[in-house]
Amino acid sequence: MSENQKRYVARSTAIAARALGDELMIMSAISSTLFTLNETAMAIWEAADGATSLEEIVSARICGRYDVVPEVAMKDAEEVVAELAGHGLLLVSPEPIAPAGSPVSKELA
Amino acid sequence: MTALGMEMNAKALKMGIPLSVQLDLTYRCNERCIHCYLDHSDHGEMNTAEIKDLLAQMADAGVFYLTISGGEILMRRDFFQILEYARAKTFCIKLKTNGVLIRAKEAERMRSLGVESVQISIYSHRPEVHDAITKMPGSLRQSIDAMRLLRSHGLHVIIANVLMSKNVLDQAGVRALALELGAQYTVDPTITPMMDGDRSILSLNVDEAALREVFRNESLVGNVEEFCAPPQGADEEALNALPCSAGHTACYVSPYGDVYPCVQFPLPSGNVRRTRFANIWRDSPQLNEVRSITLRDLPSCSKCTHGSSCTRCPGLAYMEGNMRGPSYQDCEKSYARTGIPSENFKAKKAASVTLIQIHGIPSAAPPQISAHSH
Repeated sequence: MSENQKRYVARSTAIAARALGDELMIMSAISSTLFTLNETAMAIWEAADGATSLEEIVSARICGRYDVVPEVAMKDAEEVVAELAGHGLLLVSPEPIAPAGSPVSKELA
Repeated sequence: MTALGMEMNAKALKMGIPLSVQLDLTYRCNERCIHCYLDHSDHGEMNTAEIKDLLAQMADAGVFYLTISGGEILMRRDFFQILEYARAKTFCIKLKTNGVLIRAKEAERMRSLGVESVQISIYSHRPEVHDAITKMPGSLRQSIDAMRLLRSHGLHVIIANVLMSKNVLDQAGVRALALELGAQYTVDPTITPMMDGDRSILSLNVDEAALREVFRNESLVGNVEEFCAPPQGADEEALNALPCSAGHTACYVSPYGDVYPCVQFPLPSGNVRRTRFANIWRDSPQLNEVRSITLRDLPSCSKCTHGSSCTRCPGLAYMEGNMRGPSYQDCEKSYARTGIPSENFKAKKAASVTLIQIHGIPSAAPPQISAHSH
């Protein structure tokens, strides 16, 4: 995959999240909708630092840990990311996303 | 609560996780509401560092829903420092305020910090009634201005309409105001005793006839026939049921660090200045006693015809002298709903106790009805 096809994902800053056993509860203040993430979705969530591409996350955190075909893992990951991004819980960008509060993000704001 | 929310609550209960905490930052307030149950003097509030440490402990313990209340929360000069820290700890943050000190800057910061909802108490759509209850001239106008600002910043605003004899006729006006502002409306005619046990403010409650009327208002309770259905007694499932979330998945922390099962259940269970929050939650004999009580353990309520449908509040029962006893306020609610008196209600009526004036509304009613007044 070429560099310009990469997607970077970052957790939104104004969200609520808490682990409850083997699940993660997350809620966006915008929609007040509660979600739970299972173990694999949690792995994507935790790795969504804005600097690591989704492709790298799936490769390292999903394919590296679970017995899953890479294409299937990527498709599932894209669905999770699309749903969370749709509710403002994740940011998705073709470029790395600077952490909130950093000089770059302040400039963008 | 959504099905998923209920599922998570059940999971937290099974795991012994304090999913919800109300933290009062201060009892100081710029209003002097006639029905308020608090002592507004500062007897040694936790400082910023203590509160941040507590928030970190609560996050580690698994607290997800954090209600920040008071007193008036914006009387704390460090309020936004605390809010920022709570955001960094990824709580689902709900605020309770009178809104008087909220301007555009405050509304914008609340929005940017991802506050889930802001609840503001409104007693009437008429200034002469609202301001007489808050004892603060101009307070209705300021609260409405705050709600407009919060809404314009996209925040979810909830109007809490506490009903008393002085404002019960204005309930429809407040609902119309909520509609106009795009705010959620909740109503609660439960006036609770003061935290020091003083019950004099209970005389402000709506009378029996007004309460019956509230319970038969379809726009408030939904299906009236269902809401006011005759009681069915308590079956095996009901006898094993837990009374409410207090001490099970929820608790309350005062500005002084005292932990209680609920803001309406003033059973001292520990203090976070002396003991870590998680240790209090897990080991407090008081909280463990509260957790051990099911309907089956309540000598009179387990045999009561309203057993399974009563909204008995263990905190109110505790304030009446026995956490395993009935809560007369809830006996009155059951009577107002169904017209069928409980044995406790009949006994108290016969004894002509002063509690005769107490009225309330079930906390397990449809979504428009909130659990507690404030």
